[in-house]
Amino acid sequence: MPSLGADMTAGTLAKWRVAVGDRISHGDIIAEVETDKGLIEVEVFETGVVEKLLVGEGEKVPVGTVLAEIGAGAATVPESASVPESASVPESASVPATGSASVPVSASESAAGSIISAGSSEVDLDGPMASPAVRRRAHELDVSLRGVQGSGEHGRITLDDLEGFPRGSAAAAIVGGRLRISPYARRLALERGIDIAQVRGTGLSGAIQARDVLSAKPSVQESGKPVSASERMQRAIAAAMTRANDEIPHYYVEQSIDMGNALTWLREANASLNVTERLVSGVLVLRAVARALRKHKKLNATWQGGKPVPSEEVHVGLAVSLRGGGLVAPALRNTDEGSLTDLMARMTDLVSRARSGALRSSELTSATITLTSLGERGVESVTPIIFPPQVAIVGCGATFERPWVVDGQVVPRPVMRVTLGGDHRVSNGHQGARFLSALDRLLQEPEKL
Amino acid sequence: MTTYRDAIRTALQTLLRDDPRVFFMGEDVGRYGGPYAVSKGLLEEFGEDRVRDTPLCESTFVGAGIGAALGGMRPIVEVMTVNFSLLALDQVVNNAAVMRHMSGGQFEVPIAVRMATGGGKQIAAQHSHSLENWYAHVPGIKVLAPATVQDAHDMLLAAVEDPDPVFVFEHQMLYGIEGPLDIESVPPSPWRAAIRRVGNDLSLIAYGGSVHKALTAADELEKEGVRAEVIDLRSLRPLDRDTILESVSRTHRAVVIDEAWKTGSLASEISAILAEEAFYELDAPIARVCTLEVPMPYAKHLEEAAIPQVDRIVEAARRSVRGG
Amino acid sequence: MTSDEIRATLLRCLTDVAPDIADEEIEDDADLRDELDLDSMDILRWVQGIHKALGVEIPEEDYGKIASFEDAIAYVAARV
Repeated sequence: MPSLGADMTAGTLAKWRVAVGDRISHGDIIAEVETDKGLIEVEVFETGVVEKLLVGEGEKVPVGTVLAEIGAGAATVPESASVPESASVPESASVPATGSASVPVSASESAAGSIISAGSSEVDLDGPMASPAVRRRAHELDVSLRGVQGSGEHGRITLDDLEGFPRGSAAAAIVGGRLRISPYARRLALERGIDIAQVRGTGLSGAIQARDVLSAKPSVQESGKPVSASERMQRAIAAAMTRANDEIPHYYVEQSIDMGNALTWLREANASLNVTERLVSGVLVLRAVARALRKHKKLNATWQGGKPVPSEEVHVGLAVSLRGGGLVAPALRNTDEGSLTDLMARMTDLVSRARSGALRSSELTSATITLTSLGERGVESVTPIIFPPQVAIVGCGATFERPWVVDGQVVPRPVMRVTLGGDHRVSNGHQGARFLSALDRLLQEPEKL
Repeated sequence: MTTYRDAIRTALQTLLRDDPRVFFMGEDVGRYGGPYAVSKGLLEEFGEDRVRDTPLCESTFVGAGIGAALGGMRPIVEVMTVNFSLLALDQVVNNAAVMRHMSGGQFEVPIAVRMATGGGKQIAAQHSHSLENWYAHVPGIKVLAPATVQDAHDMLLAAVEDPDPVFVFEHQMLYGIEGPLDIESVPPSPWRAAIRRVGNDLSLIAYGGSVHKALTAADELEKEGVRAEVIDLRSLRPLDRDTILESVSRTHRAVVIDEAWKTGSLASEISAILAEEAFYELDAPIARVCTLEVPMPYAKHLEEAAIPQVDRIVEAARRSVRGG
Repeated sequence: MTSDEIRATLLRCLTDVAPDIADEEIEDDADLRDELDLDSMDILRWVQGIHKALGVEIPEEDYGKIASFEDAIAYVAARV
């Protein structure tokens, strides 16, 4: 019963103009109502079929009483005039010009549908479509709707979609293949050397936050004992070497280098140097490798985004074996510059910090090539695996007295075998061989290093 | 204890009394005593030359104020609300803001403009705007938003003293609030934000009419063990980036409350600053709590639902603590 | 300086270079390089440490004379 005047409280249904089963349209007169102001024709705003007439002719009922029920009928979809078109958000600015079919529809629908705030969730007019019940359930399950794929009409998220969504576990931190972790948490993990993959996220949808990193315990082995730092390092090395073996097509070239001049020069130099400035043969090799690289830039690069990125500067990573079994290869930055004495001092400092776990992050990430010397242990040669993302590695064996031909005579000389491992996507054997020749030449004139 | 409106009046009296260059003009400020009763009694005290009723033409009287400022006066212009200031935007943006620049420093425009802003009184779609961000967008002018009784007093003095155009936004719901006013104390710089409440779990960043809601929200959050810091921006142009960044670098979470619409808001500007300069400090996505993207509704319950309220601030803070 | 004091000093210099050695029993006559996995850098740093602590300089050609711990003690004792 409509209110047909400010002071009307009741009206009498004088006459029905329709019968049950009649089809009616928006604007049709459905009944006559008797009021203080006379007989008034009452229009209907629905389109459909009259299903029930609830008030009899001549009955006086209060304003607001339901007079009839109108249904959708068999074939008609009622034009729901009750959805106010004017309430839709003018999203025309955000509709992409390329016209993705689902966007314009969902924009105006979601605007109309989500104006009423669903309980405690923040109303999100641009977010995924979901009914208040779904929003409430998502809140209970601690799932962010943005991460859920909706299987309903126009991508609407249903309760079923929510039930299937992983949450709460470390696996849930990965949404769409990407780990969900805050920038601050990621920074903390890096600074503390914590492996993110082992951290359980407690944020929304399993996101990893700072408190999760700060409370991360070392992961537990099958035996129940915590994994030691050296074991974790071992695993990291294993992972890196496996990856290198899988991804990098290695080639190898080898050279036997006469170290006679170098060792003689070294002995003489050390005899006159203070013990604190004494040099080891390794520093000569290090400097020679760095200088040789200046002219062989293809070997002094890193593999980034599917291609080699050459470096203007030479930072040779020195493989340092750690007591207890680990291995690090921190970089000696600008290895080709400065005096040999300086390089020796820097090398000593680097090795001691490597052994005591006090390296800097830049040292761990900036090497452009690695040098590994296993000569001390008496092996003749090394066939090393490249440390990704570098594109080459130099391995030195021990220096042995060997029969060598000098000026047509066979004489004993200290000979060291050097192997270059190269990434065949970036350089080839010919280039590698030229590098080794350059290295050889440099080591024949140690005074110039 | 004084009211916000009385604090402004006190400042007006001080300025009119102490500086003969100062005069005050606007619609209904004289005989009527001001639409918010701010200037009640001032016409009687200072006379028609110093307190002037203007015609109903914002463009004209703001322009006249600019002219007077160019001529060496220190005019205080009241534009009844930011809604009507739109009629004077050309004067502001194309005259006041650029005179110093275009004259190579030969001309300065020391005008102070006061405006009421915001919604909450069912004055509906045309009369409830928060357009501080439009003004804060323009180089050449300065924008202040006093949220406390003391700031309402001090900021007007600073605005008049400043040699450049300064726009002071007074949220209309604040005129009746009471607070302490000390006119003897040396005021802090108006261009710095103030930390109204210290906390280490997250930063609630607000200005004007939203500051008190942020403080109430912080009380609620305290009960849940979340200690929220509340920053009152005070100055909207220039924004006090240092205070904002220092706070978020300490709390690692930010919720920005802004009664303007979210799109292109000051909340967006602050979010961008945080993303640019504090990215590696953020432990959760930045949240913005703004007026819903609709013309301000007239119906009381809809207006309430549209404007940021304490419950929405608390909810956003909770989400932030949970990681977004 | 007694033999024991020299031994203690040499041991301390050695553990400065290789901190994990403190836990192990060093066999006096074993070859230090092999037994304790010391490389030329470690030996050099040990030699530098001995020089700093006791003022004894060990030239490179004498490295063979300090191959074992007891040899090293004897070498240093003669020159301290």
